[in-house]
Amino acid sequence: MTRSRSHTHETGVALPALLWVPAGFAFALIALPVVGLAVRADWLRLPELLLSTSALDALRLSLETAAISTTLCILLGGPLATVLARGRLGGLRLLRSVVLLPLVLPPVVGGLALLFLLGRTGLLGRGIDVWFGVTIPFTTAAVVLAQTFVALPFLVVSMEGALRTAGQRYEAVAATLGASPSYAFRRVTVPLVLPGLASGAVLAFARCLGEFGATIAFAGSLQGTTRTLPLLVYLERESDVDAAVALSLLLVVVAVVVIAVARPRGVEGLR
Amino acid sequence: MSGLAARIVVRRPSFTLEVDVAAQPGEVLAVLGPNGAGKSTLLGVLAGLLRPDDGTVRLGDRIVTGDGVHVPPHRRGVGLLAQQAMLFPHLTALANVAFGPRAQGVARQEAEERARELLAAVDVAELADRRPAQMSGGQQQRVALARALAPGPELLLLDEPLAALDVDSAPAMRSLLRRVVKDRKQTAVLVTHSALDALVLADRVVVLTGGSVVESGPAREVLARPRSPFTARIAGLDLVPGEACADGLRTADGLVVAGLSAGLRDGESAVAVFPPSAVAVYNSRPEGSPRNVVPVRLAAIEPHGDVVRLRAAAVAGGPAWVDGLAADVTPAAVADLGAEPGVELWFAVKATEVQVHAAG
Repeated sequence: MTRSRSHTHETGVALPALLWVPAGFAFALIALPVVGLAVRADWLRLPELLLSTSALDALRLSLETAAISTTLCILLGGPLATVLARGRLGGLRLLRSVVLLPLVLPPVVGGLALLFLLGRTGLLGRGIDVWFGVTIPFTTAAVVLAQTFVALPFLVVSMEGALRTAGQRYEAVAATLGASPSYAFRRVTVPLVLPGLASGAVLAFARCLGEFGATIAFAGSLQGTTRTLPLLVYLERESDVDAAVALSLLLVVVAVVVIAVARPRGVEGLR
Repeated sequence: MSGLAARIVVRRPSFTLEVDVAAQPGEVLAVLGPNGAGKSTLLGVLAGLLRPDDGTVRLGDRIVTGDGVHVPPHRRGVGLLAQQAMLFPHLTALANVAFGPRAQGVARQEAEERARELLAAVDVAELADRRPAQMSGGQQQRVALARALAPGPELLLLDEPLAALDVDSAPAMRSLLRRVVKDRKQTAVLVTHSALDALVLADRVVVLTGGSVVESGPAREVLARPRSPFTARIAGLDLVPGEACADGLRTADGLVVAGLSAGLRDGESAVAVFPPSAVAVYNSRPEGSPRNVVPVRLAAIEPHGDVVRLRAAAVAGGPAWVDGLAADVTPAAVADLGAEPGVELWFAVKATEVQVHAAG
């Protein structure tokens, strides 16, 4: 493994000294708020605050919906990334820009857009309501849809990059060995881009876990059904700051665990 | 075993490839040519990875490319071994070789059995459980050869298979290719820059320059008597056919051409190869270290870039195999020798300049 290689004897090229100052500020900007959170926390009340019914409900809901949304991202985003990277259609570039939309759109706008599409009077929502008697907004399904909406680009971008890096040379070799396109996709393409897929999935999961704007606009904030951890943090901030801080720390811990599990290839997947 | 017959036209902005190539069943056809001559395009069309603008590719009695027909690569039965081994990095050597048979629906156990046999045939049976990252370049190329043979291709394409190997592993890979491709009568098309590869591996040679075939024929003839400037530059080798022996090569008339013949069996059909630049020319029989000294009659004097190529013919009563041998000398040397067609000269070659290769 290249990781274990020693760098003690490499001198390399020196960094410009000036870079250290802004780099230090940037790091502080990311790390210090978390420290501030930890300092502010009421550690004695922490177990009680975290084990409250509302907190446990929110944690369970957050983990469940994020897991389902990430799975949806893989099942839908993986094929989409493959089409974008390998397809030979006109207009794919336009399609790619559209796929990036949730990345740049304010999440709350995304949530409103979902509401106007799938709400009871929405473009598709009306039909779904009339034909199937199903209402999507303000249900757990809406939470999942909102999370999938915002997280999909992370998976698509990450996997499309991996597909482009891998190139099509291995698929060409597979074809000369008699492998049909679908066999080559399963046995060659997917294993080759698995690291990219994994890092995309981790990013998507983290994005789902932190999702707030689209969820509150499209799914509301009902305990046990649509009130995920970020929504609960926002709600508690008004009434019980200690609880909000405790829950925030919980989100920090979950995020750190995600990074730890995904390391090294997940979050640092660009190497 | 099927033969290949292809007539291909590919028009590109920079050049047009227009060739006619054929290989009999079990024959190895070498395609020689400079960079940009269209060799890779030709292979791409044969493999089905490129569509020609016009033309037909016939494999056995199947048309795989032609009027409105384009059989996709995975249904052609055309294998490919390229410069880079391109082993699937996530699979072991065994799984790489078993990949083709598995893709065609052969049961796992049977596919792995076949893979083990092929790994043994290319002398890397012990690497079965290694991944590509744990193998040397030469080992990877051997596994890649086994992988290309595993599905039992009707036609094997060899795209400069030795070009990326270091000088130590190329000769071993060359004799391996000879053993598993040529001796097993695998129909193949070999693209190469190297006259030696063509000589050792191919039955016939076509020379491609600027998108068209400028020369074709039996490998030994084309390479010993090049007619196009390109062939002359890369080939133009002196070739002496015969049988391998301990000191080098024994010709049909019993004379021994001293040379380096590592790894050949006594009596094996072989050819001694040396560059015309290694031949020294004398007016009278020289006394000295060169082991190979033969009398010749000067048949022709050909200008050849900065040097002059002296073409030999047999002298009465002398060895017949000197006919056609070439020696490159400077224009000044031609004047000193007083060389003109018809005079008798002596050609001398050091044994260390002579390589003896299995051939024929």
